[in-house]
Amino acid sequence: MHEQTEPMLQAQDVERLFGAGRTLLGRPKPAVHAVQGVSFAVRKGEILGIVGESGCGKSTLARILAGLDQASAGKVLFQGQDLAAAVRRDFKAVARQIQYVFQDPLSSLNPRKTVRAILETPLRRLLGLGREERERRLQKVIDAVNLRPEHLDRYPHEFSGGQAQRIAIARALAAEPKLIVLDEPVSALDVSVQAQVLNLLDDLKARFGLTYLFISHDLAVVETISDRVAVMYFGRLAEIGPAQRIFTQPRHHYTRLLLDSAPAPGKAIMVPESESGELPDPYNPPVGCAFAARCPAADELCRTRHPALEPAGAPKHLAACYHPPVGSTAHE
Amino acid sequence: MSSSAASQGRVSALGLLLNNRLATAGLVVLVTILLLALIAPLLPLLDPNATSPANRLLPPLSDGHLLGTDALGRDLLSRLLHGARVSIAVGVSATLIAAFFGSLIGLLSGYARGWADSLMMRGIDMLMAFPYILLALAIVAVLGPGLINALYAIALINIPFFARNIRGVTLGLARREFIDAARLSGKSRAAILFTEILPNVLPIIVITMSTTIGWMILETAGLSFLGLGAQPPQADLGSMLGDGRSVLFNAPHVAIIPGVLIFLLVMSINLLGDGIRDVLDPRLKSGALARPMARTAVERESVPEKPATAKDAVLSLSGLRTAFGLGQRQIEAISGIDLHIGRQECLGLVGESGSGKSITAMSIMGLVPTPPGRIVGGSIYFQGEDLLEANDRRIRELRGGPVSHVFQDPLTTLHPLFTVGDQLVEAIRAHQPLRRPQAEKKAEELLELVRIPNPRRRLQAYPHELSGGMRQRVCIAMALANDAELIIADEPTTALDVTVQAQILMLMNKLRHEKETSILFITHDFGVISALSDRVAVMYAGQIVESGPTKEVLESPAHPYTRKLIDCVPVLGQGDRQLDAIEGGPPATGERPPGCAFAPRCAFARDACKRGEIALQPLDAEREVRCLFPLDVKREALVHA
Amino acid sequence: MAAYILKRLLALVPVLLGLTLIVFLIMAAIPGDPATAILGSYATPENVERLNQQLGLNRPLPEQYLLWLGNLLEGDFGRSYSLNRPVLDEVLERFSATLILAGSALILASIFGLLAGIVSAVRQFGWTDRIVTFFVLIGLSTPSFFLGLLLILVFAVNLGLLPASGMYAIYGGGDLPDLLRHLLLPAVTLAVVATGVIARLTRTAMLEVLRQDYIRTARAKGLSERRVVYLHAAKAALVAVVPVIGIQAGFVLGGAVYIETVFQWPGIGAMLVKAISTRDILLVQGGVLVVAASYVLFNLAADVAQSSLDPRLRR
Repeated sequence: MHEQTEPMLQAQDVERLFGAGRTLLGRPKPAVHAVQGVSFAVRKGEILGIVGESGCGKSTLARILAGLDQASAGKVLFQGQDLAAAVRRDFKAVARQIQYVFQDPLSSLNPRKTVRAILETPLRRLLGLGREERERRLQKVIDAVNLRPEHLDRYPHEFSGGQAQRIAIARALAAEPKLIVLDEPVSALDVSVQAQVLNLLDDLKARFGLTYLFISHDLAVVETISDRVAVMYFGRLAEIGPAQRIFTQPRHHYTRLLLDSAPAPGKAIMVPESESGELPDPYNPPVGCAFAARCPAADELCRTRHPALEPAGAPKHLAACYHPPVGSTAHE
Repeated sequence: MSSSAASQGRVSALGLLLNNRLATAGLVVLVTILLLALIAPLLPLLDPNATSPANRLLPPLSDGHLLGTDALGRDLLSRLLHGARVSIAVGVSATLIAAFFGSLIGLLSGYARGWADSLMMRGIDMLMAFPYILLALAIVAVLGPGLINALYAIALINIPFFARNIRGVTLGLARREFIDAARLSGKSRAAILFTEILPNVLPIIVITMSTTIGWMILETAGLSFLGLGAQPPQADLGSMLGDGRSVLFNAPHVAIIPGVLIFLLVMSINLLGDGIRDVLDPRLKSGALARPMARTAVERESVPEKPATAKDAVLSLSGLRTAFGLGQRQIEAISGIDLHIGRQECLGLVGESGSGKSITAMSIMGLVPTPPGRIVGGSIYFQGEDLLEANDRRIRELRGGPVSHVFQDPLTTLHPLFTVGDQLVEAIRAHQPLRRPQAEKKAEELLELVRIPNPRRRLQAYPHELSGGMRQRVCIAMALANDAELIIADEPTTALDVTVQAQILMLMNKLRHEKETSILFITHDFGVISALSDRVAVMYAGQIVESGPTKEVLESPAHPYTRKLIDCVPVLGQGDRQLDAIEGGPPATGERPPGCAFAPRCAFARDACKRGEIALQPLDAEREVRCLFPLDVKREALVHA
Repeated sequence: MAAYILKRLLALVPVLLGLTLIVFLIMAAIPGDPATAILGSYATPENVERLNQQLGLNRPLPEQYLLWLGNLLEGDFGRSYSLNRPVLDEVLERFSATLILAGSALILASIFGLLAGIVSAVRQFGWTDRIVTFFVLIGLSTPSFFLGLLLILVFAVNLGLLPASGMYAIYGGGDLPDLLRHLLLPAVTLAVVATGVIARLTRTAMLEVLRQDYIRTARAKGLSERRVVYLHAAKAALVAVVPVIGIQAGFVLGGAVYIETVFQWPGIGAMLVKAISTRDILLVQGGVLVVAASYVLFNLAADVAQSSLDPRLRR
């Protein structure tokens, strides 16, 4: 669909190292690679889903992509410009373009501020709007997320989880950004409310021409909302490609395991019992593919050399696997 | 829940404070002393420093000297009130100074992090390495005795206390997501510190001040008592007490009177301080710190008759109602739960948060915390035995024996200070007369049973040394330790990653057939239910709205809520489907509307749905539904029933 | 565990150095001529000059510090002008008396504080709880020096049961029973506040722990309530209380200043008060250093005790 347009956001070999440095006595501190060698591009109007389990580095990546954290190596380009440099130059200018929605709606709203105060801040600080203009925009924004004007003078704790998340979305929307990074936006919500928020996000995207980066651990949620999906394991991309292709013909054994593990109504779960579910030690990472220890197809090559992301049999589908699974899943 | 909390929050802080009898008493005493001290110069008192050797050491109630005189014949009442002025002024000023500088350091240090934080905190640690009053002594030694020097010393040694406290709170707040959100809203770092963090820290500063001001007054009095504070002829309460010490044996009142006033002053401040803390600390306000009893209180108005299903079911609940007392109000969390579990059956109990599914599960073995929870009606039969009538000893025998539990978050449900082995052995020996080596052997077998590699070594491990999946396996091993006949599993996989969840579900499914146990499986996820359970019961707003064989309920739900709940969950492989959201939210606990609780959100609701009680009615031999107009073809059958 | 203790001991070195630096800086801040301050205002000019030479007081501050530190390490704390004897001898002698007093007070406070706190949490809102809470409040609000005077009035003057002051009887004393008789009143007085603080904290910690999920697990296992409360809950509560006992060691050591003055206990606190009023600066310096160093060791002990209880802290 968007093949001809220039990518809005580009990650080039992004890496994030935690710890590291030296102690006062000069001994090196243990370091952990939270994110390593991650490259992809997001086009305007697209929704890229990033899926992975806890500790895979997806939230760290999300913060880097929103300018809240800096990559230790590699580059993020936003509309062709270096994001890290832009953040250093003028964080507000970046915040006008890229916004973020957090997982826990109650934690992302200051308990001592009214909804009005929370929503007015970006209008005043980022857009520098006058009082009247602010009021007009405020009404528009809360209308967009289906909240009522009387909600404006209440405090966050007076709202349910779903309502609070809509306030958080309104806050992100207020500055009229081009890109919104959504970090597990529905994970803290009850299932019936989850659907409301997902539908709202869909609707807002169409209305305001937004681009989303949607991070989640829930494959079904990601599948529902995304155009393309990236699967992360142990800080790296295992696989990236069109959503439908990833979910029907995964070309990485980890993706396959994720799909087999996901519970669904009326489906029996069938995963190999030998599977331990244990992640490698981040302080002592394996040399080869991080998934090799759990992988049914792993051989000597997998354990000694890390596979690169390579075309996996369909346009725009890349996978980092020497012996990709063949065939398709039962989900077709 | 949220609306009631909101209205509570709007009660004025002072109103709440006055509700506390002790705090009010403290306030009254404190205000009286403050008032007297404040207007002391206006009162018809003698000159506090006028000596009169002829009238020395007069006892209280003497003519012209209500409280008597001291060793120099000075009027004690006058000295007392003037001394109180000095003590209070010094204590308050010291508190303000310490609070200001300490809080500032704490705020900056907690928000700056990095090297600035380390530098400030190392300095604070150094100051705290001195025993409290010793540093004050050293400072006074340098500056020389005197009231103002004592004030500086006391203020200085209390700065670390504020700095530490405030830094801790700030550090916690700075990690909260609303700080990032404020940055994204365009606020500068200084603006974030003073408009986002400070308002949240302020209550803590006030609490810390109200709890330290008493200390400060005591400490300044102490320095004066030692002769290092107020210098004659000026007197504060401490130096008066010091003066009295030399005539303690023949005129004790000279020492006792200022001593009692210091006591009253500090006591009233402490009482008030505790009251302020209770008002400002929301965790204490809700009374959450009440100690839960060993077993849920049972306060049934009547004991219902034994239901017919109780005979051959492993577990049978009928009309079970559990309520929470919140202040004067009683909120019913579950209202009339009927369910039964047959031998070797797995029943899945599904519902959203607040539906009462966990309360139902925890009520069975009396694990709902009392206070505030209690069981107010219905009955619970386990293998024909009435659990609500059983004594505590019998319940203890059943817990962990024939009925065992697996809880949600394995990190918090295992004791962090005991090894996995100790906890397993303890569970085994609570129910079996085994010696420790035998029990250890058995524990090792149990770990092997739940497929934990290298079980002998894992017995020595502490819970925090294991991964989430391994910890949950340990919990399952513990539930199997005494050949349970019923396992109550409360969201056992919710805290786990999806691949680990799959492992645990497979394991539980395998073991339940091997061990022939029945399971009550609580979850919010229909997908998880499918993996394990034979039958399913759906809960909404404290009631069961539908139950039946899992496959049938999932394929043709009869209750509109069940239908909606299934349709609003995205399912893998159906990515193109538009999700069918349920508008609105469930009613707050205890605020169930009359008639069907789901009616306000239901597309099929009619007037009849909003009146009276709607009963759970059989749909066919195996299915029940609480709906006047159930979906599906079987509607006719119900109308005739 | 041994490695952990060694690590902690090594970490003490900078703390102790920091202590000496602070004490040095405080003393360096004394207005006027330090040598005069050290020797007292009656010192002869020759003596002042000699001391200035000896202490290197005319050299730059960092050099002075290193010099002074070197002397400390050799055990040379200087000479007290008011007592005319080496500071270290006097300080160590006095410190042993303080250690007896403060040590017994801390032991009393820990035992009664923990017991009262646990019982009061277990019987929350019952009569025991109310009585404990009441006494804790009284204890926390009474100035210890006032309480000491009251106890002397009642037990020594009115009832004549116990001695009012000193550490041993002047005639015929000196044995253990004599010491205990003298110790009882000051130790109890000193322990009151610390008992209150520990009791209060233990109660809160117990109530906090009793709400934890793992307590529910313990009950779900069918353990007796006694085992749940006194093993599972108390052990976890102790982890929170132990560092507070360490901090209380500081309050007790500091509070000893008052109590020693009131009961004329020949400890370091009473010595410090006297030294301050006679402006015997070297004696103050030595006394403060030794007490502070001992407090650091107390805290280390509390740390080690805490991490031996909680495996998560052993790193």
